[in-house]
Amino acid sequence: MQENKHVITMLVDNEPGVLARVVGLFGGRGFNIESLCVAETVTTGISRITIVTKANPPVVEQIEKQLNKLINIVKVRDLTHEDAVKREMALICVKASPEYRAEILRIVDIFRCKVVDVGLEHFIIEVTGDEGKLTALLNLLKPMGIKKIARTGTIALMREPK
Amino acid sequence: MEMTGAQILMAVLEEQGVDTIFGFPGGAVIDIYDELVKTDIRHILVRHEQGAVHAADGYARASGRPGVCLVTSGPGATNTVTGIATAYMDSIPMVVITGQVPTHLIGNDAFQEVDITGITRPCTKHNYLVKSVDDLARVLREAFYIAMSGRPGPVLVDIPKDVANAHTRWNDNPQIRIKSYQPNYKPNMKQLKKVVGLIKKAKRPLLFGGGGLILSNAAEAFTEFARQTRTPVTTSLMGLGAFPGSDPLWLGMIGMHGTYRANMSAGNCDLLIAIGVRFDDRVTGKIDTFAGKAKIVHIDIDPTSIRKNVQVAVPVVGGCRESLEKLNALIAEEQIDNFDERHQEWLQQIDEWKAQFRMAYDQGETVIKPQFVIDKLFELTKGQAIVTTEVGQNQMWAAQFYHFDGPRQFITSGGLGTMGFGLPAAIGAKAACPDRQVVDIAGDGSIQMNIQEMATAVQSCLPVKIVILNNGYLGMVRQWQELFYDRRYACTLMDHQPDFVKLADAYGALGLRATRPDEVEKVLQEGLASDRTVIMDFVVEKEESVYPMVPAGANITEMLLV
Ligand SMILES: Cc1ncc(C[n+]2csc(CCOP(=O)(O)OP(=O)(O)O)c2C)c(N)n1
Ligand SMILES: [Mg+2]
Repeated sequence: MQENKHVITMLVDNEPGVLARVVGLFGGRGFNIESLCVAETVTTGISRITIVTKANPPVVEQIEKQLNKLINIVKVRDLTHEDAVKREMALICVKASPEYRAEILRIVDIFRCKVVDVGLEHFIIEVTGDEGKLTALLNLLKPMGIKKIARTGTIALMREPK
Repeated sequence: MEMTGAQILMAVLEEQGVDTIFGFPGGAVIDIYDELVKTDIRHILVRHEQGAVHAADGYARASGRPGVCLVTSGPGATNTVTGIATAYMDSIPMVVITGQVPTHLIGNDAFQEVDITGITRPCTKHNYLVKSVDDLARVLREAFYIAMSGRPGPVLVDIPKDVANAHTRWNDNPQIRIKSYQPNYKPNMKQLKKVVGLIKKAKRPLLFGGGGLILSNAAEAFTEFARQTRTPVTTSLMGLGAFPGSDPLWLGMIGMHGTYRANMSAGNCDLLIAIGVRFDDRVTGKIDTFAGKAKIVHIDIDPTSIRKNVQVAVPVVGGCRESLEKLNALIAEEQIDNFDERHQEWLQQIDEWKAQFRMAYDQGETVIKPQFVIDKLFELTKGQAIVTTEVGQNQMWAAQFYHFDGPRQFITSGGLGTMGFGLPAAIGAKAACPDRQVVDIAGDGSIQMNIQEMATAVQSCLPVKIVILNNGYLGMVRQWQELFYDRRYACTLMDHQPDFVKLADAYGALGLRATRPDEVEKVLQEGLASDRTVIMDFVVEKEESVYPMVPAGANITEMLLV
């Protein structure tokens, strides 16, 4: 059966061990985690976890049900096919030898990202966007040489009714 | 009122109606024990913490009330893990209290420190490490609520030593509310009407019940449903007793060692109504062909059970009892009176299957057949004993040859298949039901895994009866080796066993032995009549096998019959 990417977001009690429960569930049942992101919300005691997973439809159904079954999970939602904003941030340290510096800055401009650190041999670029944008940017920067990268993984939020 | 953590624990146990706990003391729980003895709660001192958990489990299965155990930190806590996993797999309500090192030492590799909440996370329904005495009462109340509600299960509460000693105000309001946990017992009526629609059309329906029926006290509603609709019934190992074994609609157990007619019925029915089951591989055999000609209805309290292993036509999320009661009412309303007529051909077909292969064995003059022992036990206890089992052939023969008429009568480790379960579980069942005859049907291998609990039975005056089917082998594994590994009996022969009669005697119990068929009845009579804990050692046919047998992964209608 076809495996597709799913963006699953959940509100959880902000208690010790909650993340371990979620990750343990994925590990123990052989579900896949492509990325995972956790942080507090504005409601005290409630955090949001966003997980990107790759799975076929029955497995996605199990993932959602199993997550719902965990006592500390308040709400689970699969945002894949919903009208939601999905974003990821990356910090990319790219080699910046003299012949490429102008080209890199041009790319930064086109992608509306920012240079947040500069050196004789490198730039660190901060970029935010959906998966497509990040992939496109990385493809363009690869030839110059990417020294290091840190990505947050996807976070997502339902759009409110207009 | 100010109270210590230990006092709060006692107050909550009393508030929750706990009358018995099973445990084993140690440094981290010494303060709790000091309070425990001041209460009326009965403490049963086991000989190994695994025994405490299985005993609490047996207590819960026999009574329907949560089992409670209390153990110390470190090794005390790790010793509970097999018991907890056993209870988790069979959804048994239980609260396990573990001591922990003082909070300021947690994480320091302190003496007898172990991260027991980390270890048991995947095998508990939920667990807690209580870091402040102010949370203790709430956590304990939540633990009982979570253990008992929805799909039940074990909950562990880890209490550091300083929390047990700290003081706080006692809150006597037992109300709790867990925002993120609200089990739904009420079935969707639209779905139930669809089920009724399918029932009205079916020509070859089959009811398939599981442990969920026992856990939710649904046996009566289930029985009424079957009788009202004249539908033949099978159950999983865990469901035995949910429908009377003496009823003509009863087909016997389904699955790897199910009856011929139950498995054939599953393969040929046109409607399978599955209630409180989870379609374990030991039931379904090859999953793609299981009930291949049927529309499947699946009713269960746990949404994760539905469509986990099989695709279903009508899923119903709800309590087994609530759903069955609603179904019974819907069917009564419809006043359908031709079920008999409509199912006649199907019931006839099932009778033919029954005639084709009966559960039988040939009891000769010289060697005792294990099945014969169970047959006689059934006869002499008039089918009224609470039966626990160990794991292996003994367990399957118990399931096949003891015919259970009521729920909570058959207590066995189904999901995990834990050898060593039966004796402590019997002790727990006896503590819950002191007036019932409680018998552990055991194998010579399994009984040695928790044999130390003999001392518990004797010390606590819980006289249980142990029937050992002594074949000198890890029989079930030997059977697989015989059938699928060219009779290479790798490491399954136990040619040195203790003398179980002397062993019983050493523990202060009564030991009896039968080696010939004509001694079986006498030994059983004497053992059952005794008011002591008794080991009855039946030296049985060494290489007897359990049939029918569906080889692992085969279609369940393809059974090995002899
Ligand atoms: C703790 C544990 N270890 C191993 C097994 C694997 N196992 C399943 S049945 C069995 C044989 C049990 O032998 P015995 O208790 O003598 O029962 P019999 O099958 O001979 O009746 C074994 C080893 C198990 N189920 N549980
Ligand atoms: Mg044996």
